[in-house]
Amino acid sequence: MKPRFKTSYDADIDRFHGRWHRAQYLILVAAALIAPWILGNYYVGELSSVLVWSLAGMGVMLLVGHTGQVSLGHAAFMAIGAFTHLALMLRGWPFLPALLAATLASGISGALLARPILRLSGIYLAIATLALGILVEDLAIVAEPVTGGVRGLVAPPIELFGFTIDRYGTPIAFYYLCLSIVVLVTLAYANLLRSPTGRAFIAVRDSEISARALGVNVTRTKTLAFALSCGITGLAGALYAHLAQAVNFESFLVIISIALLLQVIVGGLGSIHGAFFGAVVIVLLPQGIAIGRDLLADVGIRVAAYPGLDMAVFAVIIIVLMVLEPRGLYGVWLRVRTWLELFPLYRKGMFRRARSYLKTERLK
Amino acid sequence: MDTLQLLIAGIANGCIYGLIALGFVLIYKASESVNFAQGDMMILGAFLAIALINTNQADLPFLLGLALAGLTLGVFGYLLDALLLRRVFGQPQLTMVVLTIALGFVLRFIIGAIWGHDPVGLESPVAGERLTIGALTIPLVDVVIIGATVFLVAVLWLFFARTRLGLAMQASSQNQMAAYYMGIPVKRVVSLVWAMSGVVAAIAGVLFAAKGAVEPSAGLVFGIKAFAAAVIGGLGSLPGALAGGLLIGVMEPFAGRYLPSHVAQVSPYVLMLVVLIVRPSGLFAQMKQKKV
Repeated sequence: MKPRFKTSYDADIDRFHGRWHRAQYLILVAAALIAPWILGNYYVGELSSVLVWSLAGMGVMLLVGHTGQVSLGHAAFMAIGAFTHLALMLRGWPFLPALLAATLASGISGALLARPILRLSGIYLAIATLALGILVEDLAIVAEPVTGGVRGLVAPPIELFGFTIDRYGTPIAFYYLCLSIVVLVTLAYANLLRSPTGRAFIAVRDSEISARALGVNVTRTKTLAFALSCGITGLAGALYAHLAQAVNFESFLVIISIALLLQVIVGGLGSIHGAFFGAVVIVLLPQGIAIGRDLLADVGIRVAAYPGLDMAVFAVIIIVLMVLEPRGLYGVWLRVRTWLELFPLYRKGMFRRARSYLKTERLK
Repeated sequence: MDTLQLLIAGIANGCIYGLIALGFVLIYKASESVNFAQGDMMILGAFLAIALINTNQADLPFLLGLALAGLTLGVFGYLLDALLLRRVFGQPQLTMVVLTIALGFVLRFIIGAIWGHDPVGLESPVAGERLTIGALTIPLVDVVIIGATVFLVAVLWLFFARTRLGLAMQASSQNQMAAYYMGIPVKRVVSLVWAMSGVVAAIAGVLFAAKGAVEPSAGLVFGIKAFAAAVIGGLGSLPGALAGGLLIGVMEPFAGRYLPSHVAQVSPYVLMLVVLIVRPSGLFAQMKQKKV
């Protein structure tokens, strides 16, 4: 590993470690800007989808990966964001204010729900949020004036700075819209993590008791994390509404919440990269399976189209990852990178984690 | 009389929820974790029993088929823990939760791929028979379900309270390290608990399939409802699981009759949320305030 020589005080608070690190991310952004001009319309749509799910993943990651509160109900906040956004746009609001209002609406509802729910922890919290997800699913049908009931709502085209942006009409413009929002949120997220608030989130994740001892207001921190997380997820929901063109209660079933959690876990908990890795896997996996099936068909093996195959393959990937590398794809990448940086000095046990053995306060 | 009829139907339904919740509680007792694949294990048990018992399939006698299905799921549970879940021993709780959620997806897919996605019923010797007491008509299946559940809970309770193995299970669930020092083979004990929960899942599945039709995707919804039951009763308490299951089972038909349908649908979850917020450790709490 290259030692880092700091030649100015600014190096301490710089988001990037040195020029090469900065250059890597610039190359990534450049690649993302060029990509739609190289790929066909279909794949531009898939890329937009990756971006929207990354955004939702970042919302979940903030809560699960960085604050340590497991949520199995985040599709509910995507639903709140999506329905608020579309309901406002259909009542004549312009795109940006509606987007902002949707983010605020899901963030505020998250903050309100956080108070009673965050008294629970661990599995109890997971199951309470799961119940919440089921309730919102039902609410989406009942609140017909806002959500359009069972039929749902259809997304109008976006008017922004004199352009008309539509997912199918102008896919590249829609892609750039998603990209700019995702880049802004990612920057804000990365900055948040090095602020006192972000450090408090991580402290609460690692040990609530020591965080409290260090003067962190745990309740306030958890509530804030929940609100921010729900806000980001709501923003993703609003974008998803434009991506899918039409949403109804079925767009945000509980299974989506579970998939969102699995997505950030596949990507790697506790890293922003993980949200993106997970989104790439979850969006491109069905494509990969379809391509694989075509290849098999070419050599004469016909695989019947089993329903639910992509979810099962995804689940198998998760099982393998959980057993071999619980930190997900980002953990794999870290290992590979360290192996390359240290070659030939990499040792096997470098990423081993301490195990903790079960000890409970239960009496029976 | 109508109310009584609803009550008995509710109790029979609640017993099935209670049985799945028992599976949750067993696993929770053993590893302080939750098996989100419990509902799918139940469906697996149901389909195995259907494949063994139904006349157009293997056509075995009912009790033999039931025993075989239970045995298979028991072995399945043991191997599941011994080969897969033991590898994440000592990792944070979330790892286990995620692993079992993923396992549920895989099981659901396999069941669907083997047996298809159409609802199937189990041919049981008590199918269609009715018991008439005065003006009350009860399907015999309901009586069998209630009887079997009470019997199973009693056996499990005695097992945990009176036998050495039951005691070893309690010990290793409370403090793995200390139990290991006392000479308890903790790993094998945990695997045995998984085997037990597999058997319980198979029995729940058979009873469920005898009452109505099963389909592969039913596992998820049933699992979540049964989990709500376990949480209402207080995870970790066997009688609590049964009580929670009965509460949900009885509430559902009444809510269905007297409340608008969309409220009735979500009533179990509302009940669970209320219990969680008012009394976070469940009705039969087993936890004292956590000390530092």
